[in-house]
Amino acid sequence: MLIKQLSVFVENQPGRLAEITDILGKGNIDIRALCIADTTDFGILRLIVNHPNQAERELREAGFTVSQTEVLGIGIEDTPGGLSVALNALLEANVTVEYMYAFVSQTAKTAYVILRVADNEGARALLESKGIRILNGEDID
Amino acid sequence: MGKLYNAIEAAPLEEIQSLQLKSLQKTARDVYEKVSFYRQRFDELGVKPEDIQSLDDLRKLPFTYKQDLRDTYPYGLFAVPKEQLARIHASSGTTGKPIVAGYTQKDLDNWGECCARAIVAAGGGVGDFVHIAYGYGLFTGGLGLHEGATALGATCIPVSSGNTNRQLQIMQDFHSDILCCTPSYAAYLGECLQENKIAPEDIPLRAGIFGAEPWTENMRREIERLLGIKAYDIYGLTEVMGPGVSYECEEQAGMHVNEDQFIVEIIDPETGEPLPEGELGELVFTSISKEAFPIIRYRTRDLCRISRRKCSCGRTFIRMEKPQGRTDDMLIIRGVNVFPSQVESVLMQFENIAPVYQIIVDRAGALDTVEVLIELNEGFAFDVVRMIEDLEKKIAEALRSNLQIAAKVRLVSPKTLKRSEGKAIRVIDNRKLY
Repeated sequence: MLIKQLSVFVENQPGRLAEITDILGKGNIDIRALCIADTTDFGILRLIVNHPNQAERELREAGFTVSQTEVLGIGIEDTPGGLSVALNALLEANVTVEYMYAFVSQTAKTAYVILRVADNEGARALLESKGIRILNGEDID
Repeated sequence: MGKLYNAIEAAPLEEIQSLQLKSLQKTARDVYEKVSFYRQRFDELGVKPEDIQSLDDLRKLPFTYKQDLRDTYPYGLFAVPKEQLARIHASSGTTGKPIVAGYTQKDLDNWGECCARAIVAAGGGVGDFVHIAYGYGLFTGGLGLHEGATALGATCIPVSSGNTNRQLQIMQDFHSDILCCTPSYAAYLGECLQENKIAPEDIPLRAGIFGAEPWTENMRREIERLLGIKAYDIYGLTEVMGPGVSYECEEQAGMHVNEDQFIVEIIDPETGEPLPEGELGELVFTSISKEAFPIIRYRTRDLCRISRRKCSCGRTFIRMEKPQGRTDDMLIIRGVNVFPSQVESVLMQFENIAPVYQIIVDRAGALDTVEVLIELNEGFAFDVVRMIEDLEKKIAEALRSNLQIAAKVRLVSPKTLKRSEGKAIRVIDNRKLY
């Protein structure tokens, strides 16, 4: 019901991002979605991949600091206003969103939004009750 | 020949040495009778106070190390009952144990005497406003120079450290004549003067007495140029008394040791053997007039040479050059003593970081900067930027409150800090201090 996301600590040095994508490429790992949160000194690269455990292992072996987080994925109709329904539902219920990022599915006409919230279970139940589709691992594949 | 505060500064060598011997004998008796630490040390070496028959016999006495002060913290080396203690001072640092010094009223008077000599040697006197921008408090810097200015009969302006705009305003409005602070702060004040478009000729400042950290001749010239003053060196340490153990005269070529109060030796740091005059070695001091906290052959870890060459100022007190380095890994950052091991013990309080760190000390303009790089633990479950930034902030705050240093903390990936032969290089000091 929840999606496994990898977070990689990336120092602000040239080549680090390319190195990460090289490792994933060599391991035949497909990146479904990514985003980078950056500060002056470092960034956190968040990845949704098709084989998170393998990816984590290979990145660790190459010396990267990696952690796994469970995040919520929701499917939104790819039309204007689609996302705002979901966000308003969370706001009404006082659920804080730490961060989010989105990508569009190739096959279905759906926008997928990844959310990190404080209480995954609570948020999931709330969104489902509003008729919002919750993604699971297979949807990402 | 310039003015002297006390005629003894130019006394014949025989007179000084005769006084030193008598005082050393008394000090040896006092510590043997009143300080169990020293009695034990003397007994271990099989030496008695009566064995001191000449100044050469000083080498029979045991050395005292910083660790001994930590082991006898807080008052284990004091030789007087607390009713006689007029003052307590302590060095910075609250992790591990700070160095604690005690003073009777007579000790404070002697301290004032020593610092008064320093102010006079810098051309100061009655009627001068002495602007003291060393920190006031447990630190010996502020109150030490304050005792000196008071003993001399000059006028103290007890500004203490920090608040640079106010320092500049006071310097102009209150007519400061003599400035006392760390050399890096003096250089910083000089730069601020420039930024505020105040010409050095427009402030009454004539001279400065700078210490608590090492500084080069280049830095002296910079300070003199920026502030329009003559800049004099002063040396001291809490364990031995505070500032005023030695001081520079108008020749500005080495600091005269107050030999009626301290016996100085230079020793080979490896063997402990006293070295002849002119050779580079470790500076060792024995107090011969301190009552509350006498100290025998204290190993300062400063590397230095001493010389009895004639001085045009007329003083016969032996001179020590500016310290040339240290025998240990202690850092002096903006006048504050910091050991890398202290940084390490602060870091050990935190989870999610490996005990692998690097301290990078630099000087941006006049003031020291410290950056502490710390490797993240491989298992650290982070995901949000805020988590990392919060950890950096907490560590920086712990360093500030425990060690009084303002460090920028940066968390880095594991295994990225430079290692040499498998050992992490703990300190990179980019300043050119010596």
